[in-house]
Amino acid sequence: MGSSGFSSPRSDYFPAGLRVLVVDDDPTWLKILEKMLKKCNYEVTICNLAQEALDLLRERKDGFDLVISDVNMPDMDGFKLLELVGLEMDLPVIMMSVDGETSRVMKGVQHGACDYLLKPIRMKELRNIWQHVYRKRIHEVRDIEGHESIEELYMMRNGSEKSSDDSYLFSGGDPISGKKRKDSDIKSDSSSAKKSRLVWTVDLHQKFVKAVNQIGLDKVGPKKVRDLMGVSWITRENVASHLQKYRLYLSRLQKENEVKATGNVCLQNSTILPNESNAAPGNVKSTLPMPMTESKKALYGDVIDPPKTNTSGISFGHYFGPKSEAKIQNQYSWGPGVSFMQFKQGQNPHFQSGHMFDYVHPRPSIKEPDIQVTQVQSHLTNSNSFGQISCSMWGTKNHNLDQYMFDYLESSSQRNSIHGTGSSSASRLWDEEFNSFSSRGPNATDLLEESIGCSNQEFVPQVSPHLFDSFNLDCEYPCDPVEYPMMDQGLHIL
Amino acid sequence: MQKQLAKMKQSLFDQGYLDEQFIQLEELQDDANPNFVEEVVTLYYRDSVRLVQNIEQALEKNPLDFAKLDSYMHQFKGSSSSFGAKKVKTECTQFRDHCRAGNADGCKRTFQELKKEYATLKKKLEVYFQFARQAGPVEKACRPK
Repeated sequence: MGSSGFSSPRSDYFPAGLRVLVVDDDPTWLKILEKMLKKCNYEVTICNLAQEALDLLRERKDGFDLVISDVNMPDMDGFKLLELVGLEMDLPVIMMSVDGETSRVMKGVQHGACDYLLKPIRMKELRNIWQHVYRKRIHEVRDIEGHESIEELYMMRNGSEKSSDDSYLFSGGDPISGKKRKDSDIKSDSSSAKKSRLVWTVDLHQKFVKAVNQIGLDKVGPKKVRDLMGVSWITRENVASHLQKYRLYLSRLQKENEVKATGNVCLQNSTILPNESNAAPGNVKSTLPMPMTESKKALYGDVIDPPKTNTSGISFGHYFGPKSEAKIQNQYSWGPGVSFMQFKQGQNPHFQSGHMFDYVHPRPSIKEPDIQVTQVQSHLTNSNSFGQISCSMWGTKNHNLDQYMFDYLESSSQRNSIHGTGSSSASRLWDEEFNSFSSRGPNATDLLEESIGCSNQEFVPQVSPHLFDSFNLDCEYPCDPVEYPMMDQGLHIL
Repeated sequence: MQKQLAKMKQSLFDQGYLDEQFIQLEELQDDANPNFVEEVVTLYYRDSVRLVQNIEQALEKNPLDFAKLDSYMHQFKGSSSSFGAKKVKTECTQFRDHCRAGNADGCKRTFQELKKEYATLKKKLEVYFQFARQAGPVEKACRPK
């Protein structure tokens, strides 16, 4: 703790001074890696036990920028370590092994590894690992500092890495979402912060659906759709993003049909869950070395209403239906760190995006007030930069969730209007935010209600006011001005 | 002297004992660690004694625990790859293939081969390092052609 990696002067010399923790049970490799990393001007800490590494990381929460870990270690599976580090510290982790089997590498990626190096590892591979930290930093800077730095970063990137591969830099651990889109997002984020969003009007969406149907859902690609739509000003990226949402939407619909049989009760429960999970991050991150379980307990008292919290595991078990595995439930009980992890883990076949979507959309009804509380708390209790970063990040994540909800509402309303139904007033409030919304079937909330299978009428109208509140309140938090544009970003984490 | 050293190294490469990784390590040598490669190799041989013993014990069991053997050998292969012990590494790979095929005889036979290569390389490298120390620090590690 104490010195922050990113705000310290050290960052002027980035990537020199990058703080790397190496974990390997093999002393020979440990020695070699230490030497190699030092040659790269990184600050190296070595560790031959996974548990020791974990202790070290917990102890010095802000003491490392990057972890390199062997896959096979006697005391703890490298994947387990990877998962824990991802959850608790949110650090980029590189896995290494002498085995290059696709299944192993895939497992690493699924568990959240940002890279997978094959032994024997060479200098040239290690020289480049700072990119993982840099990538993360881009996202964080965007959260906390505002557009200028984004623009700077963006220009830097433009100047230095113009290869076709570089969009990978921005796709983070999210291999599902199309690569190029992040690029365009950054552009739009920085140029016109609040108006960058393309609004998919009913008309536009109908053209889109028509094009998709014409091509066939299995053969469809953003470029084809764009060409068929015949709307010149729309970009391929716009279409790609919309296409993905559309796909998620379809798969979600399908799943809902499957899940509906399981009934409404669990879904009502699941609407409660967000309290727990949204409130958690602020605390987990700000009360530093506290183990997850404890901090969770502690935070119930602090922030949220304890009785609400116990239902989660069960409700999700039901909610996800028979396909969702015990693992998912477990992870959810960890709180939102997990949900974020899973966005990162888009490749995992078990974490189909449809699930994520399902998971997310019940949130909006109640989460907003809690988020605000959490944010305030974190800001108060934490003056060091780490605290700031983490809570602003979480803030952003929450806003991303808002975005999911908007997406949801959006797609619902679009769907609604296509099917020619709908009349309601609940959407009036957010019409003011997205002014063209009124044209597309204002019955969104009804549909939302229906599709989450929640019959509680009171819960729905809350959605809009809270959301709206949160937008208004944005300016009161130091990090918020940037969070707003992050909403666009949020889309693509799906 | 330096020429002779280079020739010695070249022959280790030519005979397939070492691979490119050895050069990688040589390039890491600097004022702080002028004998870095030797340090690594010494560490490797010290550390792997235990592993070899473990594998030997595991090979005496009947029936063989192939999963365990494979895991040991995975470790061995990882270590051997660290400084480019090419022949040893090849034997490790073969051993693991036998493990997967459930071939106990193959495992035992390969392990004998492996131990032979392991010992041969040790001797050869000992000679090489001794010679290298006498020759003094190399100006710049030279790549074999």
